[in-house]
Amino acid sequence: MRRGIAASALVAALAVSLAACGSSGSGSDSANGGKADSGPVTITYWDTSNATNEAPNYQALVKKFEAANPNITVKFVNVPFDQAQNKLQTAMGASGAPDVFRSEVGWTSAFAKAGYLEPLDGTPAAADVSAFQASLIQQAKYDGKLYGMPLVTDTLGLMYNKALFTKAGITTPPKTWDELKADAAQLKEKAGVDGFWMRAADGYYAMPFLYGEGTNMVDAAGKKITINSPEAAKAVETYKSMFTAPGTVKADVTTDSYAHMMDAFNSGKVAAIIQGPWEITNVYKGSAFSDKTNLGIAAVPAGSAGKAGAPTGGHNVSVYAGSDAAHKAAGEKLAAFLTSAESQTFLAQKNSTLPTRSDAYTADVKADPGIAGFQAILPVAQPRPELPEYSSLFGSIGTNLGKIVQGQSSTQAGLDATAVDYAKLLPGFAK
Amino acid sequence: MAVAVQGAPKERSREREERPGLVQRLKLSYSKYWYAYAMVAPVVIVLGVLVGYPLVNGLYLTLTDANSLNSARQIGVKHIPASYHFIGLHNYADVLWGPGSYDRFWSHFVWTIAWTVICVTVTFALGLGLALLMNQKLRGRGLYRMLLILPWAVPTFVTVFSWRLMLADGGAVNALLGSVGLPEPSWLADPLAQKAAAILVNTWVGVPFMMVSLLGGLQAIPGELYEAAEMDGASPWQRFVNVTMPGLRSVSSTVLLLGVIWTFNQFVVLFVLFGNNAPDTQILVTWAYYLGFGQQPRDYAQSATYGVLLLSILIVFTTFYRRWLARNEEASR
Repeated sequence: MRRGIAASALVAALAVSLAACGSSGSGSDSANGGKADSGPVTITYWDTSNATNEAPNYQALVKKFEAANPNITVKFVNVPFDQAQNKLQTAMGASGAPDVFRSEVGWTSAFAKAGYLEPLDGTPAAADVSAFQASLIQQAKYDGKLYGMPLVTDTLGLMYNKALFTKAGITTPPKTWDELKADAAQLKEKAGVDGFWMRAADGYYAMPFLYGEGTNMVDAAGKKITINSPEAAKAVETYKSMFTAPGTVKADVTTDSYAHMMDAFNSGKVAAIIQGPWEITNVYKGSAFSDKTNLGIAAVPAGSAGKAGAPTGGHNVSVYAGSDAAHKAAGEKLAAFLTSAESQTFLAQKNSTLPTRSDAYTADVKADPGIAGFQAILPVAQPRPELPEYSSLFGSIGTNLGKIVQGQSSTQAGLDATAVDYAKLLPGFAK
Repeated sequence: MAVAVQGAPKERSREREERPGLVQRLKLSYSKYWYAYAMVAPVVIVLGVLVGYPLVNGLYLTLTDANSLNSARQIGVKHIPASYHFIGLHNYADVLWGPGSYDRFWSHFVWTIAWTVICVTVTFALGLGLALLMNQKLRGRGLYRMLLILPWAVPTFVTVFSWRLMLADGGAVNALLGSVGLPEPSWLADPLAQKAAAILVNTWVGVPFMMVSLLGGLQAIPGELYEAAEMDGASPWQRFVNVTMPGLRSVSSTVLLLGVIWTFNQFVVLFVLFGNNAPDTQILVTWAYYLGFGQQPRDYAQSATYGVLLLSILIVFTTFYRRWLARNEEASR
């Protein structure tokens, strides 16, 4: 009898702890599985755009979508961009993943390789693939399959304050890094402001320097790590000088450096930065750019190889492979809607971001000086190699660039350390 | 074996009595104390699930090349099995003496030790000083105590965020330093200043605990001891060394041990203050986090290896510390 009590107490304890474990893991999204197109479906959409400036416009689009598709309810979730990759990675490998999401172009191939994304070829989402820029479609592919529909595209350019440039007697934006340094010194001297602020310790913003020397972090086609090549070292030397030359702002590696840089530019305390179109709406809000035409946009300066280049960025809309058929179908519809010409025109006008399909560049869209400026420099944008690990490469180079610009390690030593990390990430690559 | 038993001291001879076998003993104690087993069972099970399983799994991961691309994952209805391999002790070898191991491990290791020693010393010294002050009979003692405990009551991340604002280039700290003509280091960017800032903030966060614990210890020392010492003509310093310090021994040995363990694994202060942007200021814990969660793809195996190394370091430290304490205890008797 006594043993019986003990045993039942044990069983009860077990049951309680098991129940506690079980309840947390049960997702509810897959409740109405299997029913394609019939009955109401609720899908989750993760938006990664800027929560104050951009997200309300995406939300407005989603509202329109719901009105057009009364059977589909969309749960709109805004996830801060800097946490989104991590969150997506966690959610898609476990539970609670969104059915549709805005994915940075660099994440797409890695997510596709991990099996998280649903191929979109032949689905409603990819109905008018031909209207999109071919290079952007190429960029959304992995292993020959399409894993995302290009939503917005961007590249880095030189954003400058025209009034300050005029004040310093500079009439044309600089074409090379050396010219930029000369201009920065002149701006400091004649206009009394810092001439140039370069984002430190961030590999993405260092890409124009690498392209300017005709190199990249890796040679994906030749399976070779090129980050510690002499060309890359030269590029990083130039990069380093952008923090020490007269009129440039010294390297800021604090957690808030991005905000510091944008505040300084928007309020007219610094005359030029390297930045992408996603900040245009923010810039327009700044005191220095209440007159929108004061914002100058030029291609990034060229390096000693004489060629300017900037990374192609942007976002795709992707559908989660783990959803059931009904959710996938609804998700594909949403993806098609968000990337339609009409939606892209709407987003471009509201957010000043660049559409990915030619029929979205209406006269009104082109009238926006920010869009016109960036559209003009898009040809300078360099496509990204089809390498799932490519976006992971920015981690190590960012850390080591921080050390290099702070003088904690020499350029070559920092790049060699990065190459060691890359060798681990890319086992098949030669050093 | 038999010789050892013969030479054993007398009190141990009790153990030589006929003892039942292990199974027998278990059965006996079970029928006698079955309720104790039943009551302990839930705790054992929960601990096993929450601590034991992750620990064993973590140990296993260190012997593989698992990362976020080759681990098993459940993608909604689709299951992708794990494809990582058993690679033996390679991770340990790679972390400890692989290429770039100085930058990846040893530099963080040295800094972690320095960080722990400096932080614990400073917090303990300050905490003791404040506790001694608070132990005096002075007006408004309750108010002072409350004010000094306040940093502890505020959630740590709030404290650290406030410090991040104050330590920023144009923040309150530098404004103050500038107004009296002192240099204004960039606390959050310059590697050396970063370390100083980290120690400063961690001290701010850690002192209240030290103070409260030591104050409790001080109040437990009977006043007669001080009176007796005074009668014998002991100076204040002699009273401090010969009465206060021995009286505090049990409290201080505990708070020092806790302080070391907490500081060694202090994550919030460094992570919130610098994020992943300060490679030189990362201690082993924050670095392990970076490897496992802060980069793409996530390197589970190496992160787990760091975890196991951290655990081993702390186990070794605790063992030696306890032995040292026991020896001191013995000597002071």
